[in-house]
Amino acid sequence: MLRAEIKLSLGDDPFELDVRLEVGAGRTVAVLGPNGAGKTTLLRALAGLVPLAGRVELDGEVLDDSRAGLHVPTERRGVGLVFQDDVLFPHMSVLDNVRFGLGRGGADTAREWLDRVGLGDKANARPSELSGGQAQRVALVRTLATQPRLLLLDEPLAALDVSVRADVRRELSRQLHDFSGVRLLVTHDPLEAIALADEVVILEAGRITQRGTPEEVTARPRSRFVADLAGVNLLRGTGRDDHVELESGATVAAPEAGDGDVFAVIHPRAVALYLTRPEGTPRNVWRAKAEDLDLQGERVRVRLSGSVPLVAEVTPSAVRELGLDRGAEVWASVKATEIAVYRA
Amino acid sequence: MPGPLVVLAAAGLLLFLLPLAGLIARAPWAEVGPALRAPETATALGLSLYCSLAATATALVLGIPLALVLARTRGTLRAVLRALTTLPMVLPPVVGGVALLLAFGRRGLVGAPLYAAFGLQVPFTTAAAVIAETFVAMPFLVIAVEGGLRSFDHRYEEAARALGARPWKVFLRVTLPLLRPAIVSGAVLCWARALGEFGATITFAGNLPGTTQTMPLAVYVALETQPDAAIVLSLVLLAVSLAILVGLRDRWLGAP
Repeated sequence: MLRAEIKLSLGDDPFELDVRLEVGAGRTVAVLGPNGAGKTTLLRALAGLVPLAGRVELDGEVLDDSRAGLHVPTERRGVGLVFQDDVLFPHMSVLDNVRFGLGRGGADTAREWLDRVGLGDKANARPSELSGGQAQRVALVRTLATQPRLLLLDEPLAALDVSVRADVRRELSRQLHDFSGVRLLVTHDPLEAIALADEVVILEAGRITQRGTPEEVTARPRSRFVADLAGVNLLRGTGRDDHVELESGATVAAPEAGDGDVFAVIHPRAVALYLTRPEGTPRNVWRAKAEDLDLQGERVRVRLSGSVPLVAEVTPSAVRELGLDRGAEVWASVKATEIAVYRA
Repeated sequence: MPGPLVVLAAAGLLLFLLPLAGLIARAPWAEVGPALRAPETATALGLSLYCSLAATATALVLGIPLALVLARTRGTLRAVLRALTTLPMVLPPVVGGVALLLAFGRRGLVGAPLYAAFGLQVPFTTAAAVIAETFVAMPFLVIAVEGGLRSFDHRYEEAARALGARPWKVFLRVTLPLLRPAIVSGAVLCWARALGEFGATITFAGNLPGTTQTMPLAVYVALETQPDAAIVLSLVLLAVSLAILVGLRDRWLGAP
C-alpha cells in the first residue's frame, strides 16, 4: 500500500507538482499525462531521487516526512525503478547486471530470472549485444529480482520499436501479474495504460485531474487531454435544464443538462454533416466550416470551426457526396440524446 | 581553403618537425649504447619513472574526487574551484616551485610546523620531486575526468541506487568503470606532463643525482659538460613520449 502526498518544485521553474496518491498492494496504476506534466518527476520523487515536501508511506513505513525531516535514501527504500531506455550497465555482462542488486550467491537467482524471460542464453552477453526489446526485458528482470515493494516504471516501452513493443508489453503484463507490490506506470500511451493498468491517474500541469478505471476515465473526460485520448469532443458550458449554454453563446440541446458548470461529450460519429440546413427533428444544428480532413482507417475525421467547435467522423463516401474539402461551409447536426452531460 | 593558410600550416608543422630532425640528425649513434649503459642514465631514468608514476598515482587518488566535487558544484564556488585547479596549468612552473618552497620549505607555511614537530624536511627530497610533479600535472587529470563527467549519464548511478547500492558501491562499481576512458586518458596526459617536469622540480626539489635529478634535469646538466650524452638522454625521452602518443592515439588524440 502506497500513500503519498507530494509537493515539490524544481529550481527556478514555476512548475509545481502537487499530488496526493493512494495505491493498494497488487494494483497497477498508470499515470497518464501530456509531456511536461510532471510524470517523471513524480516517479523520481517516489524513488527518493529528488527532495520533496510532504509525506510518502509505503506498507506502513514512512519513507519521507518533510515536516519531521525524515528521508529514506533511494537505496534503502525498497523501490524498483525501470527507465524509458534500459540503462543497463554497459561494462557488465547481462548476468552481472541482474546480479547487481542481489547479495552474495545471487548468480543462481539471476539466472532463474533470465530464464523466466527467455534470455538465459544471453547471460554472458554485453548489453550492447542485445536488441532493444531484450535489453528492456533484462532491465525489468534486474529490478524485479531485487523484490521491490514499489515498482516504478517510467515509460518502459516508449523507446522500443513498434514491432517489438507488443511482445514486451505482454511480457511486462505477465511479470506485473506475478508481482505482489505496488505498481506505478508512467506513460503517455493510452493503449499501454489500458493493457496494463487497473486504474488510471491523469496528471496535468503537476496536478491530478482525473482518476478511475480506464473505462471510467474515458467515458467522462474532464480535460481536453483525456477527451483527445478518448477521441471525443468535449464542450464546457453552463447547464440550463434541457440545454447547455457555451461561452460562444451557442446552445447545445441535451436532456438532463442539469445546472451550473458542466461538461458535454459528443462522439465524433454522432456528428452528421449536411450541405443545406437539415429539415426535421434534430434540435442541434450549427453552421460550421471544415478546417481539416484526416483519413483514419475507414473513417474521415473532419475538424469543424464555428460557434460549436467539433470533430466529426464520416465515411469517405459521405465526403465524396458532400464534395467536402478544406474550407467548405456545412451544417453540423447532433441528436440531443447522443450528448452526455455531467458536472464539471 | 585559401593558399596562404596552407603555407602557414606548413610553417607551423615545420616548427615541430625541424627540432626533431635536428635531434635525430645530430645524434651520436655510436655513443648511444655506452651512454644508455652508463649508471647515471639508469639512475636518472629510474628516478624519473618512479617520480612520475608516484605523481600520477597521487593525482589519481586526489584528482578523481576533486573532479567529482567540481562537477557537482555550481555558481561562484565552482568558478573558484575551477580556477584553483587549472592555475598550475598556466602558471610558469618555476613560480610553482617557488610557491611550493614557500609553503613546504623549512620556514614555510606548512613546512615550519612540520619541521618543528617532526623534524621533517620536504624540499630537496624525492618526495619534493613527486609533490612538484603532482602540482604541475594533476590539473590535466582533473580536467579530463571532469570532461568525462560532463557527458556522464547520471541515470546509471540512479539505477544502481534504486537497485540498493550504497554510495561506495555506486562509486566503485558504476561511476569509476564508466569514467574509465576519461580517467585513462587523463592519467596518461598527467604522467607525460610529470615525466617532462623541469621548472618546479629544480626549484623545489633541487638537482641532486639519485635523489631529485630526473631525466629532464639530467639532460640540462649534461648539455653543459657532455652534449653527446644530453642528446642521447633527449632521444630516450623522445622515445618515451612517442610511445605515449601511440598508446593514446585511439583514445584521445586519434581520429573519431
